Amino acid sequence: MATTLMKPPTPALKDKPRTGAQRENRLGNAALFLLLAVGSVAMLAPLLWMLTTALKTKVQVFALPPVWIPDPPQWDTFVRMWTEAPILSGFKNSLIVALSVTIIGTFTSALAAFALAKLRLPYKNAIFLVLLSGLMVPYPTIMIPQFVMFSRLHWVDTLLPLIVPLLFGNIIMIFFLRQYLSTVPDSMIEAAKIDGASYLQIFRVMILPMIRPAIAAQFILWFMYIWNDYLAPILYLNTPEKQTLQVVIANLNVEFATQRDYPLIMAASFVALLPILVVFLIFQRQIIESVALTGSKG
Amino acid sequence: MTATVESTTTGLTSEQRAKHANRRLHRTEHRWALAFVAAPIIGFLLFTLYPIGFAVYASLTSWNGLGPMTFVGLDNYVTLFGDEYFRISLYNTFFYMIGIPIGLALSLLLALALNRKIPGRTAFRTIYYVPVISSLAAIAIVWQFAYNGDFGLINQVLAWFGIEGPDWLQDTATVKPAIIIMAIWKGLGYSMLLYLAAIQGVPASLHEAAALDGANAFQRLRNITLPMVRPVTFFLVVTNIIAGSQIFTEINIMTPAGGPEFSSASIVWYIVRKAFKYQQMGYATAMSIVLGILVFVITFIQFRLNRRNSFSID
Repeated sequence: MATTLMKPPTPALKDKPRTGAQRENRLGNAALFLLLAVGSVAMLAPLLWMLTTALKTKVQVFALPPVWIPDPPQWDTFVRMWTEAPILSGFKNSLIVALSVTIIGTFTSALAAFALAKLRLPYKNAIFLVLLSGLMVPYPTIMIPQFVMFSRLHWVDTLLPLIVPLLFGNIIMIFFLRQYLSTVPDSMIEAAKIDGASYLQIFRVMILPMIRPAIAAQFILWFMYIWNDYLAPILYLNTPEKQTLQVVIANLNVEFATQRDYPLIMAASFVALLPILVVFLIFQRQIIESVALTGSKG
Repeated sequence: MTATVESTTTGLTSEQRAKHANRRLHRTEHRWALAFVAAPIIGFLLFTLYPIGFAVYASLTSWNGLGPMTFVGLDNYVTLFGDEYFRISLYNTFFYMIGIPIGLALSLLLALALNRKIPGRTAFRTIYYVPVISSLAAIAIVWQFAYNGDFGLINQVLAWFGIEGPDWLQDTATVKPAIIIMAIWKGLGYSMLLYLAAIQGVPASLHEAAALDGANAFQRLRNITLPMVRPVTFFLVVTNIIAGSQIFTEINIMTPAGGPEFSSASIVWYIVRKAFKYQQMGYATAMSIVLGILVFVITFIQFRLNRRNSFSID
């Protein structure tokens, strides 16, 4: 007792419980690591199975006991699918829709966010709230009237109904860019105005470079969303060569399942999610950060 | 001389001039600002507000989408409440939402685990997030095959443990749970990420102070972490319910006929079928209005509950 009291009290008090807690922690962390690893296998298994199924022969798919790793892998499936199914046109159509929407829509959204955050405009907040209220309207509620509108314009079976409505901007993007811009001091914009810069110049030279990181993150998220969209494309696109990739693979799933060609279905589905997977792996830090932001701002 | 005269005359009117100039400047600013927000406003009017108005009217008509619209008053809504398929699809849609609390609980646990200093935690974070970014159509196709009774991944893995799995998507008892499991698997990474960000935002000093006061890990979770991540839980519950009420893609791909005995059909699946397969546009629009009202009411209740709760905590 006396000796411990003689020692400097802080290390004695801190050291002992710490090592105990640390050992406990290390054990706990090892157990957690194992659990998380098992979970990871469950997260990746369906995707890996998709890939291995794509590499099997049509017969191996139905083999019992199951073939886990096809030998030799049928890489040919990834070659023949381009000629046996409209996958190339699906790629092209998905790219046209996703790129035109995100590039033009991002521009209109950024302009609107600039005006709503930094310019003088009567009823500015009311306008913003009305635009936000649009988020409460589920797409299925307006899809039938929209369909009728576009069919009167003879736009059914074209990509236009998937592109045009979205060119007018994306309220979620406006919301986040506006939020981002609110940290920019008004005085900077006032100073630019006094220097005789036009509003478009202020936007192009000052605002755009400033909000580039926010734009980039929102752009990628929006691109993913459009690329993966399924409901609107299946309503409008009937001709196989005019369909986006998601509709193409969904139809393959019906058509080739009757022919029991599961390798081809899986190969096409894998290719359909590959571009987004690659984009995600490249930009994962930005994507994860901006998604994490969604929760705190929402 | 001239200079002083000039300066005095301008001096007299400078205030008024400045006011004028200011007002003019403001007016130009208003005009530019309006031009900049014009696109989203026009988009809102054309593609949201007008369709809502049109939908309300169309829901009061008998209409096949091409021919004339015959006004029938509330007939569609009356039919709706007697329509057993509508009732079942509504029930199924709510049934799927059982997955929401399960998914949130799992993702919170996951976030708590990843908040510790575990080797490879960034790799884990990425892996758990992969299903979130994957195309739902492609995922639904794979899972449909994975649920196949004889050759699917799920039953092949269950067979290792000597369990003979059902033909998941062909059985009225298992088709909905099967879809819920897939949805949890797909959404786990997203909620995990939001929870993780919220947990990391909790000041360490709070935990240290509580630990000094003798609070154990569970008490700290209950009294510090959970209240601090409440806004995220609220956000996730609201967005999950809104998204869940519109569940369609996985239903349409995994069970193209609405499942055995209509047991997997959701509201949106039924609306799409009525509108675009049977051309009952008026009737389908009435259902879509009910769905819209439902989403609105649920969101409204959530916001009310949230406000009340945060007051009681304060």
